[in-house]
Amino acid sequence: MNKFIFYAPIAAFLVLAIVLWRGLYLDPTELPSVLIDKPMPTFAMATLEGEPVGNVDLPDSIFLLNVWGSYCLPCLVEHPTFMRLSEEGEFPVVGVNYRDRQPLALDWLDLNGDPFAYSILDEDGRFGIDLGVYGAPETFLVDSDGVIRYRHVGVLEENVWREVFLPAIAELRGAPAAPASR
Amino acid sequence: MIPELGQFSLILAFCLSILLGVMPLAGAATGNRLWMSMGRPLGAGLFVFLGICLFILGHAFVTDDFSVRVVAAQSNTLLPMQYKVTALWGGHEGSFLLWTFMLSGWILAVGMFSKSMPVEFVARVLGVLGLLSASYILFMLATSNPFDRMVPVPPADGADLNTALQDIGFILHPPTLYMGYVGYSVVFAFAIAALLSGRLDAAWARWSRPWANVAWAILTIGIALGSWWAYYELGWGGWWAWDPVENPPLITWLFGTALIHSLAVTEKRRVFKSWTVLLAILAFAGSLLGTFITRSGLLTSVHAFASDPSRGVFILAILGVFVGGALLLYAIRAPLIKSEFGFGSLSREIFLLSNNVILVVAAASVFLGTLFPMFYQALTGDLISIGPPYFNIIFVPLMILLVILLGIGPISRWKKTSGDYLKQQLGKVAMASLLLGVALPLIVLLDISIPATIAVALAVWIVLGIGRDLLAKTANKPSRREGLRSLTYGYYGMQGAHFGVAVMLVGVALTSYFSSERSVLLQTGDTVELGGYEFLFAGSERVAGPNYNADRATVLVTRDGDGDAVADLYPELRVYLASGTPSTEMAIDPSLWRDLFVTPGEIRDNGAWTMTVYVKPFVRWIWLGAIIMALSATIAATDRRYRKLARVRKQAEETAGEKVGQGELQPVPGGGT
Amino acid sequence: MNPLRYLPCLVFLLTAAPGLAQVDAFAFENDEQQQRFRTLSNEFRCPMCQNANLTGSTGGVAEDLRREIHRMILAGNTDAEIEQFMFERYGDFIFYLPRLRADTVLLWFGPLLFLLLGGYIGWRIFRQASGNQQAASNIELDPAEQERLRRLLDDE
Repeated sequence: MNKFIFYAPIAAFLVLAIVLWRGLYLDPTELPSVLIDKPMPTFAMATLEGEPVGNVDLPDSIFLLNVWGSYCLPCLVEHPTFMRLSEEGEFPVVGVNYRDRQPLALDWLDLNGDPFAYSILDEDGRFGIDLGVYGAPETFLVDSDGVIRYRHVGVLEENVWREVFLPAIAELRGAPAAPASR
Repeated sequence: MIPELGQFSLILAFCLSILLGVMPLAGAATGNRLWMSMGRPLGAGLFVFLGICLFILGHAFVTDDFSVRVVAAQSNTLLPMQYKVTALWGGHEGSFLLWTFMLSGWILAVGMFSKSMPVEFVARVLGVLGLLSASYILFMLATSNPFDRMVPVPPADGADLNTALQDIGFILHPPTLYMGYVGYSVVFAFAIAALLSGRLDAAWARWSRPWANVAWAILTIGIALGSWWAYYELGWGGWWAWDPVENPPLITWLFGTALIHSLAVTEKRRVFKSWTVLLAILAFAGSLLGTFITRSGLLTSVHAFASDPSRGVFILAILGVFVGGALLLYAIRAPLIKSEFGFGSLSREIFLLSNNVILVVAAASVFLGTLFPMFYQALTGDLISIGPPYFNIIFVPLMILLVILLGIGPISRWKKTSGDYLKQQLGKVAMASLLLGVALPLIVLLDISIPATIAVALAVWIVLGIGRDLLAKTANKPSRREGLRSLTYGYYGMQGAHFGVAVMLVGVALTSYFSSERSVLLQTGDTVELGGYEFLFAGSERVAGPNYNADRATVLVTRDGDGDAVADLYPELRVYLASGTPSTEMAIDPSLWRDLFVTPGEIRDNGAWTMTVYVKPFVRWIWLGAIIMALSATIAATDRRYRKLARVRKQAEETAGEKVGQGELQPVPGGGT
Repeated sequence: MNPLRYLPCLVFLLTAAPGLAQVDAFAFENDEQQQRFRTLSNEFRCPMCQNANLTGSTGGVAEDLRREIHRMILAGNTDAEIEQFMFERYGDFIFYLPRLRADTVLLWFGPLLFLLLGGYIGWRIFRQASGNQQAASNIELDPAEQERLRRLLDDE
């Protein structure tokens, strides 16, 4: 019996090695949002154009909320995806112009095209805090009840749209719970 | 063409390391003296060929050979020459080559300073180190070849060395840290050789001690350099952040510290043997784990080494083979080891045993806190953060306990100490420590804080305890001077290192509790007052550096009241040309008693600067303490008895390699430094 | 030790909105508020920088969050309210000091467990050695061996 205590270190080490091996395949930079399945935070802000905007102005269908800024290079990379979505018109895209300056943002939209139904102006990033934003770009999937269902951090490439967003949308539409919760 | 020579040299080094890993071990197992004797020349060869690899890669950096992938990724034509050289260890591949080269350096050193040890033992040590080098080189060849070419050659001037690394701290910190880390491979190899031979006796402990001391000294300096670098490079005066990549060196250091103490007991009293050998394995495991965490991207990191699961798996395999194998060997052999002597419940052994328990618990707790976010994510899928507040809550009480015992340990006696003796020796010391703990911060800084009082009292406790012990040790000698001369280097090393702990403790406590800072917006001509100093923003100018442009502010510091000039500080906001990366350069006026520290923030449209100014009392003492510890450990490693035994050994050459039965009380051959 | 941890922040600065302050000159009504601000800023983790607290971080979110803490302190919110505010938006990730819950019990009591385990191992070593004391006492009485041991370990 006494002899077996000397096997304790190797036993502990083996357990640890398995955990470490498993840990290699985890992504510690993937930050889940706390707001999943919570309603959109209440807000009363202005759009880039200066119009007042609040929760009632949000689309009643499933829509995307894209956090962007004119300074943000990755936003330019994902921009064509949103242009396409806005042309197709099935899913409205609401922008959150995050930590930017209004004139710079307007110039950027002029130059690159404006895929957004409207952009909420969030110069000081206060609304971003309510959304739990880390930095642009981020894209939220919001259902027709105004409940946040998914958050994507980083560039929304076409394959992310196909492989993550479309299935999530299909699930939202298929889920009988969604209309019931209205 | 030249990089291909490097590649070729690396492959040759691999072949040599395989031979080094096989021949001496096989020789030791079969008693073949020729095979055993091949260890030293093979080790030297390995050193030479890895040196050639390093030189060739360095050459590629210096000559801007951007066809080599790592050069293109980490260097730039504009980079000043010294940073072109150091860019070599700015990335994963180059730094791993440096790491492996250092291992071969240690192998060479073991070969040179082991003349007095039995041939068989040296063969086993070198064999284990050979296997380790072989696995490192294989890792490089398989997953991270530093000589990889890019085809076609990119036309650009190279990316750039991360701007935070363009700095003297980066020139020094990684090589020193690696050197210390790798030093524990030697201690590990000694332990494995002893386990293989079944000779885990006082001789093994004596041979290991100088190596354990030197590795510890270098690791101490490596960690201190990292702390110093973080302090002046990061800009908010933090000197320790409990970062997942900072922690493995600390874990290794804690195990290493426990090992030094445990080895002393094993050598002198022949107890704790199996415990000591386990510590040697754990210290090595800590160093490998550090590599693993840094290079696998396991934890939110932090260090820029690109993460690639295949690398992680490979290092994990190395970890599994060596640490797993060692622990298995330990499980088989350790039950056969017996302590030979007992000790009383109040004895130096007991204090050293407590020291070991506390240090190992501290190391295990830091380890838990470092890896817990990963466990948590694996089990729940959620992320959790564990930072300085957690580590401080766990670590500080353990260290307080440790330091209290540290004052008693050196004064207590082996085998048995009477409580009355300790009370007589230390009663007044304890009283004085409490008094001075309250008084000193009050006198020096005109301020009071309970944590600082505790820390200063503990520091005084250590220092007065050392003084008391010196008095006691020299009391029976004809004169004090003679008494002091009769004490060994080993003794001075120990007390010196303990003194270093006291110095560091004062630095940590006073910096943590009496630092002050202010963030302000300054127009030219504005002043800000802090901690008895006045900082005047005298204006700014544009300056051009070798590979950056900068706005440089001039901040004139004067003493409050008399207006004496204290320092002119020039913080800079830089933009590096190659990468366009902005960088803030703090300006520091260092002194033994306080650092004045200015961090530039940004320049407003109207030319005003935001700045944070800091006054950090006694911060230098943290690193001063580390330097004292490292020097002391080095002094202890040169103790007369290691050298003397080498001489004794030479006189009795014939008994070399003769197997001394474990536990036999006869003069052990050898002793090497 | 690892300025690289600030890399994401530096990178962010590149793309950050121009002209926004990265060091804030916050005014407080008293020292106590100032102290609370410093403590809180140290205990929250910057969400975007991979491993830095709000104080030591130059990232945009960190700056916004410092501003929020400042605002909430001036508005008279308690530390608990500020923590709750952060938790609702950023979850457990924001706390450098994990909360004690069923799923963090191991983290909080692990060190205590280690201490007990370490104490037990130490006690075992002591017991084993003192068991040897009797067994070894004969050896210790042998003066020739004593002499040899002394010669071997001739110091102290």
